[in-house]
Amino acid sequence: MYDRRELIEKAQKAVQKRAVIGPDVDLGEFDSTPVDHKYLSDEEMRSLPLAERQRLLMAGVDVTESERAGTYFQKDTAVVHCSTRQEGIEVIPIREALEKHDWIRDYYWKLVSVDADKYTAAAEMELHNGYVIRALPGSRSIYPIQACLYLDKHGLQQNVHNIIIAEEGSELHVITGCSTSPDLKKGIHVGISEFYIKKNAKLSFTMIHNWAEDMAVRPRSVARVEEGGLFLNNYICMKPVRTLQMYPTTHLVGENAVARMYSIIVGSPDSEYDVGGRIFLKKPGTRAEIVARTISNGGRIISRGHLIGETPDIKAHLECKGLILKGGLIYAVPELEGHVDGVEMSHEAAVGKIAQEEINYLMSRGLSEEEATSTIVRGFLSVDIPGLPPQLQAEIDKAIEMSEKDVM
Amino acid sequence: MLLIEDLQVELAGKVILKHIDLEIKPGETHVLFGPNGSGKTSLLMTIMGYPQYKVTGGRIVFKGVDITHSPINERARLGIGMSYQRPPTIHGLKTRQMVQLCAGDKKVSDVEELAARVHFESFLDRDVNAGFSGGEIKRSELLQLLAQDPDLMLFDEPESGVDLENIALVGHTIATLLQKEIVSTSAKSRLQVLKERTKMGFIITHTGYILDYVDVDKGQVLYNGVLSCSTNPREILRCIGEIGYEECVRCTIDAN
Repeated sequence: MYDRRELIEKAQKAVQKRAVIGPDVDLGEFDSTPVDHKYLSDEEMRSLPLAERQRLLMAGVDVTESERAGTYFQKDTAVVHCSTRQEGIEVIPIREALEKHDWIRDYYWKLVSVDADKYTAAAEMELHNGYVIRALPGSRSIYPIQACLYLDKHGLQQNVHNIIIAEEGSELHVITGCSTSPDLKKGIHVGISEFYIKKNAKLSFTMIHNWAEDMAVRPRSVARVEEGGLFLNNYICMKPVRTLQMYPTTHLVGENAVARMYSIIVGSPDSEYDVGGRIFLKKPGTRAEIVARTISNGGRIISRGHLIGETPDIKAHLECKGLILKGGLIYAVPELEGHVDGVEMSHEAAVGKIAQEEINYLMSRGLSEEEATSTIVRGFLSVDIPGLPPQLQAEIDKAIEMSEKDVM
Repeated sequence: MLLIEDLQVELAGKVILKHIDLEIKPGETHVLFGPNGSGKTSLLMTIMGYPQYKVTGGRIVFKGVDITHSPINERARLGIGMSYQRPPTIHGLKTRQMVQLCAGDKKVSDVEELAARVHFESFLDRDVNAGFSGGEIKRSELLQLLAQDPDLMLFDEPESGVDLENIALVGHTIATLLQKEIVSTSAKSRLQVLKERTKMGFIITHTGYILDYVDVDKGQVLYNGVLSCSTNPREILRCIGEIGYEECVRCTIDAN
């Protein structure tokens, strides 16, 4: 059993510490008392109420587990399902890992600081659970592992900590959905994620968020990519949320390591998003790309991107495109930081409206103005992600398609 | 039939087309010559219905319907289509999807096969017009028209930027679209097939290369916003080649 006293002491000192960016959330508004839910067998999980299954499906979680290598399903604070069907890939609730496995100490709070802010502190002081997904050396997941963090109880503060480890030469795909029950209006999700991509390993992590109007969301995540490793980080959020702030950081610490971050965000009215990412390129031959597509339908979106080149022979590109369709705000903050000669870094940022020329072009092919507009918006949101398995690309396309009627 | 009567058009408050009269009968194809800036593209865009080209006088009638103030998509549904010189890029929309959009309810059963007709199969999974060269744009436009199959086709310089290898391909495709490449069958005589042609074409050209592939019925010259000449296209081309467009000025004066 891992004695976490030292971590807890450190966390204690940060319980009042505000985050560097994003509006402050008063954690006193929420209740973090654990909520019990019964563990579900495969059969029971499949027979969840239809409305719930659909909510899950929109977040990329398929209860039938067809084309999935494993599932981690947490409802409120309880693990309701955890299984893996593929050899070489482990899925363990983090509390269990902390109790039973010594190796977890090499990863737990090793990338994210426990005293970074009040949210990281809360996640340590009142850790509910979370998943550890580990691909053993050389193993390859054909189908993705799905993970779902579901909020059911109104007013809950959900504290989770996730760790994903792709061991040397492994290939791992994870699709994770966060969602809320149809009746839940208010809650906060605090999620710590630490990603370890070892030598020549490949991890694709696709996160789909479907929150509720009065939800606060504070993910804190850091990744470390070793020599020849590849980290694909995809994020999709097309539903309303009260406030969402995250700034995932990736460290490319080995030669030829690659990180790509893709975000698709649609900002609904009364929603505030402060999202983006930061990638440190620390070794020659590393490559990084941050691509963001944002649409504001009356929401406020701050889209950040920060690339830091610390050594020669690195390449990094940032692309930040925003469309304002029905009011709101898009604030693009692209930052490039080159520390030495020989870095190649670029960015492309644009905030605007749909070009009339494109609408006219499609209308001259017979489309009505509305059809032309939705075709252009769909195209704007569809990004090709190199290296992503077609099945996951299809999941992303599906998530976008399902939310489309809300966008238009 | 396309009928244009005494058309006057303004762009950003400036008169760019004056007293245009034009008639294209079913089965006919006309070419449009004129120096840079004479208003050729503007005339095509006005027929297509681009709202920035404001019609301040006269009318446009297509298939008996007054379309002078109809929106673009209504004109497209009525059977007008256009091959653009510099169409916009539509990011995230695959050429393959665009072909289906052009076909509308008709649906293209085999997009690959249709694309093969303009050697464009390898571009189907690229975003529409993204990074296409001049010649590739022309083939992409023709592919879209093949799927759309309009009755009146407006071509804005279809041969410009096309390499020698593809010029014949482009030429023959336009001829096919316009029902100019016909074969007599046992059922119908050649004359009968010719009489039954319905497709109309209006082609902007600078070089006249297109005349080598498409049998054009009439040539028109647009000079300073005025249609100054309407005669055999070969004769016009020779005149422009020998004397230049200056002669059009004199002709315009004579005509009025």
